[in-house]
Formats: sequence, C-alpha cells, structure tokens
Amino acid sequence: MGKAELPLHAPGTQVDRGYIGESVPRPNAQRLLQGRGAFIDDLRLPRLAHVAFFRSPHAHARIKKLDFEKARRADGVIGVFDGRAVAEYCKPWVAVLGHLKGIKSPPQHAIAIERACWQGEALAAVVAESRSQAEDAVALIEAEWEELPVVVDMEESLQNKTTIHPELGDNICFNRELDTGGVEEAFAKADVVVEDTFHFGRHTGVCLEGRAILADYNAAEHSLTVYQATQAPHMMQDIFSRHLGIPEANVRVIAKDVGGSFGIKVHVYPDEMATAALSIMLRRPVKFVADRLESFLSDIHAREHRVKVRLAVSKTGEIVAFDLDDLTAIGPYSVYPRTSGIEGNQVVNLTGGPYRHQKYRAKMNVVFTNKNLTCQYRAVGHPIAVALTEGIVDLAAQKLGMDPAQFRKINLIADDAYPYTFPSGLKFEQLSHHKALDLLLKTMEYSKLRDEQSRLRQQGIYRGIGIAAMIEVTNPSPAFYGVGGARISAQDGATLRLEPTGMVTVMCSVTEQGQGTEAAFAQIAASAVGISIDKVKVITGDTGVTPYGGGTWASRGAGIGGEAVLLAGRALRSNMLDVAAAMLKMDKTELDVEKNYVVNLLTREKKIDLAELGRVAYFRPDTLPLDFQSELTVTRHYTPRQYAFAFTNGIQASLVEVDVETGFVQLLKHWCVEDSGTVINPMLVDEQLRGGVVQGIGAALFEECVYGPDGQLLNGNLADYLVPMAGEMPDIVCAHIETPTRQSQLGAKGVGEAGTAGAPGAVMNAINDALLPFNARVTAMPFTPERILKALKKV
Amino acid sequence: MKAPSFAYSKPQSLAEAFELAERPGAKVLAGGQSLIPSLNMRLSAPELLVDITGIGSLRGISVEQGVVRIGALTTHAQIERSAEIRKHAPLLAQAVTHIAHPAIRNRGTLGGSIALADPAAEYPACLVALKATIVVAGRDGERLVAADNFFKGLFEVDLRPGELVVAAEFPAILKEERSVFLELARRHGDYAIIGLAAHKGAETRFVYCGAGATPVFAKRASAAKDLDTGKKALEKDLNPPADLYNSSATKLHLAKVLLTRAWNTLTTSH
Amino acid sequence: MEHANDITLTVNGTRVSRRVPARQHLVDFLRDELGLTGSHIGCEHGVCGACTVRVNGEIVRGCLMLAVQADGCTVDTIEGLSDAKELEALQKAFHERNALQCGFCTPGMLMAALDLTKKNTKVTREEIRAHISGNYCRCTGYQAIVDAIEEVVNGQG
Repeated sequence: MGKAELPLHAPGTQVDRGYIGESVPRPNAQRLLQGRGAFIDDLRLPRLAHVAFFRSPHAHARIKKLDFEKARRADGVIGVFDGRAVAEYCKPWVAVLGHLKGIKSPPQHAIAIERACWQGEALAAVVAESRSQAEDAVALIEAEWEELPVVVDMEESLQNKTTIHPELGDNICFNRELDTGGVEEAFAKADVVVEDTFHFGRHTGVCLEGRAILADYNAAEHSLTVYQATQAPHMMQDIFSRHLGIPEANVRVIAKDVGGSFGIKVHVYPDEMATAALSIMLRRPVKFVADRLESFLSDIHAREHRVKVRLAVSKTGEIVAFDLDDLTAIGPYSVYPRTSGIEGNQVVNLTGGPYRHQKYRAKMNVVFTNKNLTCQYRAVGHPIAVALTEGIVDLAAQKLGMDPAQFRKINLIADDAYPYTFPSGLKFEQLSHHKALDLLLKTMEYSKLRDEQSRLRQQGIYRGIGIAAMIEVTNPSPAFYGVGGARISAQDGATLRLEPTGMVTVMCSVTEQGQGTEAAFAQIAASAVGISIDKVKVITGDTGVTPYGGGTWASRGAGIGGEAVLLAGRALRSNMLDVAAAMLKMDKTELDVEKNYVVNLLTREKKIDLAELGRVAYFRPDTLPLDFQSELTVTRHYTPRQYAFAFTNGIQASLVEVDVETGFVQLLKHWCVEDSGTVINPMLVDEQLRGGVVQGIGAALFEECVYGPDGQLLNGNLADYLVPMAGEMPDIVCAHIETPTRQSQLGAKGVGEAGTAGAPGAVMNAINDALLPFNARVTAMPFTPERILKALKKV
Repeated sequence: MKAPSFAYSKPQSLAEAFELAERPGAKVLAGGQSLIPSLNMRLSAPELLVDITGIGSLRGISVEQGVVRIGALTTHAQIERSAEIRKHAPLLAQAVTHIAHPAIRNRGTLGGSIALADPAAEYPACLVALKATIVVAGRDGERLVAADNFFKGLFEVDLRPGELVVAAEFPAILKEERSVFLELARRHGDYAIIGLAAHKGAETRFVYCGAGATPVFAKRASAAKDLDTGKKALEKDLNPPADLYNSSATKLHLAKVLLTRAWNTLTTSH
Repeated sequence: MEHANDITLTVNGTRVSRRVPARQHLVDFLRDELGLTGSHIGCEHGVCGACTVRVNGEIVRGCLMLAVQADGCTVDTIEGLSDAKELEALQKAFHERNALQCGFCTPGMLMAALDLTKKNTKVTREEIRAHISGNYCRCTGYQAIVDAIEEVVNGQG
C-alpha cells in the first residue's frame, strides 16, 4: 500500500496532504463576484408562468367560501386553483418517523383544504403570466371565513383546552422522557442546587434568497425537471416522484447556486409542492419565488422553547446531575420529511454535553400551536442545549464563588476519557474539551480581561465575559433519519473522471450553498489524484449528473462527501497508474502521480504528462495491450456507521459592555475555538464559524418572530424583524484544535453548526456577568434593551 | 410583493404639479424611500404618482441673513455633505447620520420626510426644536406654517390637497447656542426607539421622536431649571406609545436617559 | 392615464429604450427586461441592500426606485462594473479573503464598498461597518467583508 492509501491522520506517518489544510480561495466564487451566478430566479424558460398564493389572514379558520370569479378574469391569469384541485395531482404527507416513538401529525396538503391552521398557510394558487399579475389576481380572491379558536401559547397548548386537531386526541406532537436513575438522590444529597428557566424566542432563517422553485413538466415524456433552491436534491427527487406520481427516473432536481439555506431549504414546503403540481396541471414551466413577506409567514421557524433546568453540584464544584424539562411549540403540523420532533430531541440529547456527570433526567414535550411551522434550522437544538447548560453552569459557579473558567476545568470530560458514553446514550469518539478551553483562555488573554473588567467596573463601565462550551452533532449516520423510515440518504457519492486533457471532473451528491463545498472537494480531489487544483472542475446539485446522496445538512458535506471524493480520487489515481504502467511497460508500484505528471516513485522523475495519458487512454487505446481496458471514471461512496454522529467540540467566549442606563449591549469581541477534525480549508472554516456566530448573536440579541394573541405575526418584515447587520457585529477570533475522526481516511468533521450553537450561550453569560454587580440576570432571548432594563429594575 | 398598478407623471413646474396632485387618488413621489416600500407591500394603492423630482426650484440649501433654507427635494446625502449645514445647523448634521444607510440617504429627501411625518423620523423633531417654518405651496400660493403646528397627528400634517412642501426655514445657529441630537436604535440606521433633538438658544427645546404620534416638544422639561426637575417633568410631557419591543415605560425611561445626556452636553462649555 | 411610460436610459454604457409599467421597480426592470440578473431581490422594501445599483454615480436601492424614474439616467450594475474592471480590486480582495459565501448579497455589497473607496480617505473598521450596515449578509460574519474592504480602501493587508 502506497502512502497515498493511508488515512491522512495515520499515526507516525508523514502523509502528503497536498491542498488539504490550505486556505485556497473558492474557484466558484468568481461568478458570484461578478453577478454571474445562476440562482433560480435568474433562469428564463419559454412559456414560463408565475404563481402567487392566496394565504390565510387568520391563524385558525374554516373556509366557508372561496370565490375565484374576479381573480380568474384578471389580466394575465392562466388559472386559479384551490386545495382540492391541487390534491388531485399531489398526495398529502404525514411527517412522522419510526424512531421518534409516538410522534403524531395530521396529513398536510400542498394547498390547505377546508381549514387554515396558521396565518400565511396557502389556500389557493394563482398562476399568471407575471408575478405582478398573479399578485393582482390574488387580491381579487374573495373568501368567507369561520374563525376558530386560536392556540398561541405553548403552555396553554399543553393543557389542551382547545385541541387543534381533534382527531389526534390532544395537542402533543411528540414527547420524550429520559432518566439514568439516581437523579432524585443526587439532588437530595447535593451541596448546591441551582435552577432556572430559560426562554428561547422563535426565530427564522431569513436566507437572503427567498425559497425558489421552477418546475418544468414535460407532458410528452411524463418527466419533471425541477430547478430548486434546495439542500437535498435527491431527497426532493424522491418526494416529487412519490407525491406527484412520476417515476423517479423521470424526475430531475437541479440546485445550482443557492442563496443561503441554513436548514431552511431542506424541508418540503406545501407551496413548492403546489408549484410542481401546477406545472403538471398546466403542462408548462411554473416558477415560485417566496417574497420577503411570505418568507416570514411560510419559511420554517425554529426554537421557541421554555426550558426549566436544575443542576446538582458538590461544594468542590463537581456537577453531579442535570434535570431538564423542555417545552417547545411547532405550529399545527410536523414538517415533512424530517419531522418537527428533532429539535426537542436534540435538546434532550445534548444538554450537559461537555460535562462528566452521570446522572441525567429529562422531560420534553413538543406541542402544536396555530403559528407558522417550526423545524430544523441551523444548529438544531444546540443553541438551546448549550445556552441552558452554560447558563446554569455559570449560575452554579457563581453560587460557589468560583471562576467560570475554573468551574468548567473541573467538570469538562477529560481529553483521555474517550471513547465516552454520555448519560443520554450518545457516544463520543474523541473530543478535546480541555485543550480547547486552554487555547481559548490563552487566545483571549482571559486573566487580563478579568483584570480590565474589575478596573472598569470601578469607573462605572460594566463589561462581561461569557464562556460557552459545547458538543455538536456532525456527519450523521443513518441513525439520524434513515432508521426512522425517512428516505433521506446518510451516504454520499463522488464520481471522478479524468478528462483527455488531464483535467479531472468531480461530481458529488453534496451540494454547494456557499459554504465552499466545491472548493473543499477540489482541494481533496487534486490532493488525492496528484494534480494541481486549477485542473479540477466540480459539479454538484444535479440528480441527473451526480451519484446519489444526502446533500447538505447537519454539517455533513465535508466529512461525508469529502471522504467519498478522497476515496474516489485515490481510486482514480490507481487506475491512472494502471494506464501509465501499460504505456510505460513498467510496474504500477514503481510509479506515482505528482503535479499533473506520472512520475517515478523513487526518483520523482517525470514520466508522462497526464494530458498524454488521457490522449492515449481515450483516443489511442489501440496502442495499449489487448487485454487492458482503462477505467478513468470512478465512483466511490461513504456512509458513517460506527458512531451515530462524529461529535465535535468547541468553546466560545463573548466580551460585551452593557449600558446599564439604556439596556443596550455592545459586542466588543468574540472568540471561537473549534475542533472539527481535519481542517480542509482554514479560511473557509473560519468565516463559516464567524457566520454561524453572527446567526447565534442574532438569536441572543435581535431575532424573534413576535406573535399577537390572535396568532398574527407582528414583525414579519425585514424592518421589524431584526437580523444582525455589520454595524453591530464584533470581530470574531477563531482558533483550532484538530482531532481527526478515525472513522474516515480524511478525518474531517463538520463545522456548520458550531458558531450558531455556542454564541447565544456565550453572549447570555457575558451579559449576566456584566449585570452581576446589580444582582440582575436575564434568561429570555432575545435580550432586548427592555428585558435588560427590567432585570435591572429600571422599568 | 409587487406594487399594484398605477399611473405616473413627472411635472416640470410647480403649477403642473399642483394640478396633478389634486387629482383623486394622486400621491406625491419625492425620494420614494418610504412610499415605494409601502407600494411594494401593497399597503398603498394610489391611482397616480406625481413625481416632483423634476422641479428644480425645490432643491438646494441656502443661508441668507441668518436663515437656513433647505429645499424640499434636498436629499439626506446632500444635507450630510453640506458644509453650510454643519456650520449653521449642527443639529441636522448630527441627525442625518442616523437616517438609514448611504444608498437610502442618496434618494430620501427632507421634504418627503416631513410630509410623511413618521413619528419616529428625525427631521420633524429637529425642525420643531429649531422653531422652523415649513414653507408649503399650492395653487393658491405659498403658506408659512410653524413646525410646531405643521405636525398634526399620526402621519398627518398641515397640507391641503394639492399642496406640497417647498422648503424648511429656520434660524442659523448663533455662536452662543448649542444643539445636540441623540437617539437609541438597536441597529445602525434603524428607526429610533426614541430620539431627542435638543436646542439651547434664547429658549431651550427638547423635542422627541418616537415618543408620540408627532414630534413631541417636552415643554415642561424644556422649561426646567435643573435636570432632576426636567426628568420629573418629562413624565408629564411624554406618554410614549409602546412599540413591538418597548413598553411605554421603557420608552419614558430611555427618554430620561437621553434628556440627561443631552442636558450634560448642552451645559458643558465648548 | 396610462400605466406605462416610455423611458430611455444608459445601462452599463449602452443606451436602451423600453416601455415600462409605471409600477415596475428598477431592479425588476434590469433583471426582467434587460436580463441583468446580477442585481438581486432580497426584500423589496429597502432593508437588505441586495439590489443596490448605481444611478448617476450614486448608489441606490434598486427596489426603492421605479424604472420610470430612471428615464434619462445612467445606471451601472455589477455586470457593467465588472466588465469595466472598476470593481477589480474589491473583487480580488473579496475572493482572496472569502468575503462571500452564497454570493447573493455580494453584488450589492460590492456596490456599497465601491462607494466607500470613492471617498479617497482612510477609514476605520467601524466606518466600514457603518457604511455597509444597510447590506445584509446571512452567511459570513461580515468580518472577511470588512477585511477585504479595509485592504482595498486603506491599501493594506
């Protein structure tokens, strides 16, 4: 076995990593920089029709009458359709999974029939020659309603006074209890018990590009080509096929440039399914692009948890037990096909994650409400689990009069304790909490900051330092969705083809959403094959072209797709050497590939240019031995199996200054130490971490979907729903520890969730640290000036 | 999110504009930075947009005989860049940097802002603090309206059908006078939770934005001899409406904080 | 009155004439009529900055200006400024520093950044952040963008 066949992290070896670990600029960013991307709304097809939806103005109402007469007569209108008409072409779905025991949800249609269950649910579709005309006609639809009782508050929903779906019996979509045993005893014996209740606001992804789909049905061949801003083309291919009744092979899903996704674009949306159905019904291409207002009403929301947590601690500062009670509300339906039970489930799985206690009890309820649906959005469950864990840990440290960093040092799982089984049952392969904490404290100059903090306090300047340690789910195995019956692939594939000119085309099932997948794959492919990166072209996001796979979600692209590319690259290189050996009449083991040449393994003497190898293999194979056939296209797949997830760990810190007169928080700096295994491209990883941190800061300080008591979204626009902008964001310092996963040759874990997972808890702890002299504390996100002023008893 | 259909006309003279603006369903379009979003969101459905940006006489900043005159079509960016405004109207120079973002300041106008009279907007409060006069004109000629009387209610101003805001005029700042503009917004360029335009001349005026249906001149606080009395008086002067994120009590508290900060600035010597 | 008007304007150096609906905003006109899809639509109410284009040399929100208002104007978009190499230094710095991910905000962000370079003075990071504070990016942490702009404006690494 040549050195190139070893894992990159093989102990005691010096494997040539090539481009892996280099900050290579993304080749595919050039077109985006010049405005030459290909987002869905940029496509122009002949006979393209546009759809706009008539959406419910009520949170819960029965439709007594829908009158389309005026709408049908409006200029440019091609057709107006209600739920029944669309249902003839699109089967409803029920979003439950077998491994989430007891989860329930009613069937959901592409266009609601009879009843609207949240404000913004689509009740009719207008297809017209332009979007403006479609909107004009939507305004002409006349509806009569019978308003129904609205369930908005999740505590009320749990009490079940009004049942949203009477056929389900109650409002509980899913619940889970976990108990290691011994928790009561641990609390009874504990020296110190702290408890608190944390509230997490409902927020949403706000991708800059709205959800977008262009469905093009070809009646002649009963085929459907869907251009869609999606993270999971193969999953959508399967869904379109099954729900629209088109053979899988006749459905092609293409996701070229996607303008941000963060989990928002990995779900099945009724309006998108309706668009595909309308293309079939009208036998022409139909496009839907969610505008900003309807994005707020129909993109999935996330979070909205109320969590009570208790912590039992010894007087020497050892955590003995965690006790958790989580309640979360998901809207009137569980979202297809991932379900809306996962976020709560993750909170139960991950709470207390970095620490070495063994006693843990958790109770979790997921309830229906008459608000927009919630589902998996970036860092699913993590920001909640991390913030409540780190918030209660800080409270315990405070009660014991211990420094928060010291308290963590005592309790973090030791770096030599792996493999480790956490009380929730999760298995950790190898984490590096202590190394990460040490690196964080050093990078941020922790003790210096503490000195500065106390000095400034004397001057009436209130700064706070907050730390948040965490674990994160990455590289999910089929245990995440597949075991529950979801047709969601945990494996990915990569095809590599040597072109006659010596270039390599990579086709991979993982998609690019801007995170740099294609650049990372180019780096891996170039390194594995032995060519320069400018000779690599990467194609993703087309079910008609790439191998089958899961796509981009749960921080799996680099770790899973990257491994497939590495394996395929090594196989291609081996096959290239077979050709070279045949051409040179040498033994394959005497040869290697380096910098676009076949070289002598020992002397590194150049033997054949790869362009020459390609020329011979494709155009003059007659010159090769009769019994030799070159194979210069190879496909490899990879599925993580041994562990349910390749857990990563990280730790963040936030430095804030609180204006105790106004309640305003100024973010001064943020630090992020992350161990995501092998880092393929540090520059891409760092800015992705920072982007994640900023989304987490959004949750902590700004973002919340505010609903009125009647279930109306009160801030569903970009002026009132506050996303983080450049002006308020701090500089963010990133540092890395690299503990490769031994489950793959590449050793890469994911990094997509980290920033978002840790930032809210770090910022919360920093604010509370700043407020400490006032004996004030905030636990309800987002931490608005008013909430801080209330904690300070100024209002 | 496409605007409903409407007609568009761009008069080249005031006379033509008055005639068009009087038509039923007509709406005047200046910089459009508030009107066009409301059209895109279908919150407004005019029959006709009368684009007055072609009328040259509505532009420009002048300072003559101690009076600053700013034409209605003067953009925020022009005010921001104006050396004369910095010198003679520092209150506006401070306020303008709080208005939205560069791309919006390039098109948004002073006239548009005061004619719309968003209660959270900066200029109306400034103009009341400076005891400005709003010059309005219509078919029947020009009228001068004191800023104090111009802002009548929520998005309601003293403009009759067919009338336009032509300019705002106010005295240039004197050497011994002081101005300060403060506001609290959660992000750069957002509408203020609460803002304060403060001017200390012969008379001291504390005027708030985001504190009521119109700019609110805090008369009692302005007349107070000391800060504590002023803060107390503010409770009578202001009854700010709650917004999405802030209760009335929070806004009142923040108003007091701004009063304190402005007071300290105004009373500190140069 | 007619709900459509004839306009003539110069877009990326080329004179174009069209009859446009009065209600059509500038960025829809550029995208749908002229096929210049580099200017993006992110919110259509003036908050996100994705549609930022240059009109008569000044940056504006393409969604807050009607196409009919651009009659007689000179309009520059990301495509034109890229071809004219006016954005070259910024594009290079953005690329090298990974100051973009999905790229949807990027054309508007570059327009705002270019506006800052025209001021010909050194700027602080805070000033850069303030200048792009009307341009929403959901992917990056804004830091690489600030770094890239700082490098170009202040001529340093």
